[in-house]
Amino acid sequence: MGAALRSRPIIPARPKLDRPRSRLIAFPITVLALLVLPVAAGLLGAALPAFGYLPVLGLEDFSLKPFVALLGAPGIGVSLALSLCAGLCTTTLAFLVVTGFVAAWHGTRVFRALRRLIAPLLAAPHAAAAFGLAFLIAPSGLLMRALSPWASGFDRPPDWLIVHDPAGLTMTAGLVVKEIPFLFLMALAALPQVEAEPRLKMARALGYGRVAAFLFAVLPPLYAQLRLPIFAIIAYACSVVDVALILGPTTPAPLAVRILEWQADPDLSLRSLAAAGALAQFVIAFLAISLWLALEWLVARIGAKLTTSGRRFRRDGFLRQLTGVTMSLSAGLVFAGLATLALWSIAGFWAFPDVWPNALTLDTWRHLGASLSRPLDNALLIAALSSFLAVVLALGALEYEARTGGTVTTRALVTLYLPLLVPQIAFLFGLDMLLVALRFDGRLLAVILAHLVFVFPYVLLSLSQPWQALDPRYALIARSLGRGADAIFWKIRLPMLARAIATATALGFAVSISLYLPTLLIGAGRWPTVTTEAVALSSGGDRRITAATALVQACLPFFAFTLAALLPALLFRRRAAMRAGG
Amino acid sequence: MFRIFVAVSALFFSGTVHAKTPDPENWEAVVAEAKGETVYFYAWGGETRINAYINWAAGEVKERFGVTLKQVKVADTANVVSKIVAEKAAGRDENGTVDLVWINGENFVSLKEADLLLGHPWATKLPNYRFVDEEGKPTVKTDFTVPTDGLEAPWGMAKLVFFYDIARLQSPPKSMPALLEWAMDNPGRFTYPQPPDFLGSTFLKQALYELAPDPQVLMQPADDETFSRQTQPLFVFLDELHPLLWRQGRAFPQNYGTMRRLLADSEVDISFAFNPADASSAISAHELPDTVRSYVPEAGSIANSHFLAIPFNANAKAGAMVVADFLMSPEAQARKQDPNVWGDPTVLDVAALPEEDRARFDALDLGVATLPPEKLGLALPEPHASWMERLETEWARRYGAGQ
Repeated sequence: MGAALRSRPIIPARPKLDRPRSRLIAFPITVLALLVLPVAAGLLGAALPAFGYLPVLGLEDFSLKPFVALLGAPGIGVSLALSLCAGLCTTTLAFLVVTGFVAAWHGTRVFRALRRLIAPLLAAPHAAAAFGLAFLIAPSGLLMRALSPWASGFDRPPDWLIVHDPAGLTMTAGLVVKEIPFLFLMALAALPQVEAEPRLKMARALGYGRVAAFLFAVLPPLYAQLRLPIFAIIAYACSVVDVALILGPTTPAPLAVRILEWQADPDLSLRSLAAAGALAQFVIAFLAISLWLALEWLVARIGAKLTTSGRRFRRDGFLRQLTGVTMSLSAGLVFAGLATLALWSIAGFWAFPDVWPNALTLDTWRHLGASLSRPLDNALLIAALSSFLAVVLALGALEYEARTGGTVTTRALVTLYLPLLVPQIAFLFGLDMLLVALRFDGRLLAVILAHLVFVFPYVLLSLSQPWQALDPRYALIARSLGRGADAIFWKIRLPMLARAIATATALGFAVSISLYLPTLLIGAGRWPTVTTEAVALSSGGDRRITAATALVQACLPFFAFTLAALLPALLFRRRAAMRAGG
Repeated sequence: MFRIFVAVSALFFSGTVHAKTPDPENWEAVVAEAKGETVYFYAWGGETRINAYINWAAGEVKERFGVTLKQVKVADTANVVSKIVAEKAAGRDENGTVDLVWINGENFVSLKEADLLLGHPWATKLPNYRFVDEEGKPTVKTDFTVPTDGLEAPWGMAKLVFFYDIARLQSPPKSMPALLEWAMDNPGRFTYPQPPDFLGSTFLKQALYELAPDPQVLMQPADDETFSRQTQPLFVFLDELHPLLWRQGRAFPQNYGTMRRLLADSEVDISFAFNPADASSAISAHELPDTVRSYVPEAGSIANSHFLAIPFNANAKAGAMVVADFLMSPEAQARKQDPNVWGDPTVLDVAALPEEDRARFDALDLGVATLPPEKLGLALPEPHASWMERLETEWARRYGAGQ
């Protein structure tokens, strides 16, 4: 790549184009048509019962009673606080570790090594990572077994409240170790776009320490690209259910878990309470994001002061060690957890404090093997189609904007993030009703559409920042060489964004694989996937089954992420300059 | 316009054709109608043994009746209730997605009260219902004191049974006061799943039965006055017990699966389940050590039944009836009671069965940790459903919000 192109100013000026029409308008329109109706139906279905309207259960008067009931629910304050804290603490910790690590280790061997580990880390579903962590650190977990009784003196597990601790510390830890790889992936996808190398060189030349050079010169544009993923993490951590069930407090539980309980209560009148809770969940996510923005403002102010203070922060050795250790520790925890799961999946009876099971057996896998082949096919089909569709639609919408020079449609697409802020169970009720009324549920297309509602936001999220950060002057040069808009798209944008596109596809694939309730409810049970099987099976609480199904669930996204990492490198092996970043 | 008219009328007529509900009194017609139908059976899928049993049944009904049985494995029956409610709300009164659902207790009561079940007494008219033990197992007719009115077919029996590991505990406490005394000497070695988990709630009901001044009152709907008088000793008991529980009662296991795990890891010394054969099954699945044995409280223990129901808008009603009838047959029930298969006790009156069918049951080896039927003690009935709701609310108020 020409050196001249690299020396662009930090904030590129968007070229002012008159706004030509484009037939690509079909893409944003398709997206809005396909997704807005389901999202609106879902949101209405979640909101109306909160105001006392659910005619099928005899609730027909609008009122605020459900909210009064919500505020009167025992321990509701603690539940709300737990959700808010989980969202903010998880995001803060994951952000600190990832930026710290990237700042301190960018361009080193350690960095490249961890980059290679990212596929398995990302692929492990949240629930699998949480189970792994629990099986590892609980008082009866593998760590304690390894230490007992010779070092600890325990011949029975100590009565320590580690997992399910009332403050939710273990839950937050479980979330942090899973969000770190996600944020790291997003940073990896964004790094090539912010031209880290020349910025770093300039800052180092001015005498700044390694970490400081990164924080002052690269982080600001990088952070701009990480913002949406960070919001997604906040919203996710505020409303997470599976990790909270496995590791979180129980007396009381975080809000999302309690909503699930109300929604699942046989007493159908509690549905309105659950709906009110869902709206509260929405508010919590919003509040958390606002608090994050306030924090962001504060840090930016402090950062600006530090930048102009003239200090060079050259002695950052301790910080480098610290970030390296925390990053490796967090990855190590996930891997150790997965290894523990693998061991459990072949364990016979395994008493405490034995470090190794009594016997090894393939019984669990044999039981599973027979029942998993069709669910495997279904999962693959649904995930491949929905992630492909999502990427095509997202690219089409982005290209439309590039050609017309607007951002209106992408702003409209932001509404599609709303489903991520509302608890799935509350949201799906309305969506299901819509599809049932259209006699459309239970079909493959309906399942894919429902998956698209959840997959598309993540795909757009991971695509739009790298897309917008691509230097527009590449297109200008191509144009001045006489190439048309289509050629620019196929020959310039697509290849240059290959890594980001592959990453987005893999992410969409992984999201689709992990969806349980949409597959079950919208698919009307006609399309069992590995995840519907896994969730149903692990509700029995047998560690062997739980472990084996979690590993199966991790396999498919693992292949997707590995492929995403290898494919761009293979496709462009003759074009070394495309291998940007790292 | 014409095409729309045709489409609408086709919809209308196809609706009316299916609207005729099969009548089990004319069984041959039901079997004939069922042939070729696909029955989507929504059943909790948390146990590979149970899934394998349903899979066996699917093969049998396919061969015998030409009915295709597909299990939809769910983690929580509430999801099925959601689906049926959504269909009702969207006005789909025909061609529903759920044909048959495994259900009992409060979920049944909710569906029944909201008119979401097939609305006439079909279950008691099934051919195999004549073998059901209405006398000896009265819970096959009332689900949580609510009459089933033939809206659900009995499938299996449940009874609260306690487990302990003889390698660690020789004489387990067989009443609630004894349990409290034992917990004082062994703090941190007992717990129960957090209500409203059904097993946790069952423990509360068991304790309520043993401690209430007048257990007869529990059969009547609760009011403020009876509730506070009957539950007063229970809450005194729980207040004393909780600090002595696993994790000092600051966290509770979620469900039975976790309880079993705690016993296996020797975190607790006593566990309990709603299936008398559960420990035997768990031993054969490597989930519990083979030194686990079971016992029932001296006062007897809570017992109930679980059922199969057909939603109001089921698509394959005849097929669902054929499946429910087959699952109630002596052959299917005997196989279900085998602990190597599932271990779920039968709803049938084994003594009254024809010789050949009785032999199927006599041949079963119930397993090392299973009490024989005569040692299972008195079967205590479920209290009226209103007690449960109030108990769960009160528990959440007192203990669910931290101390």
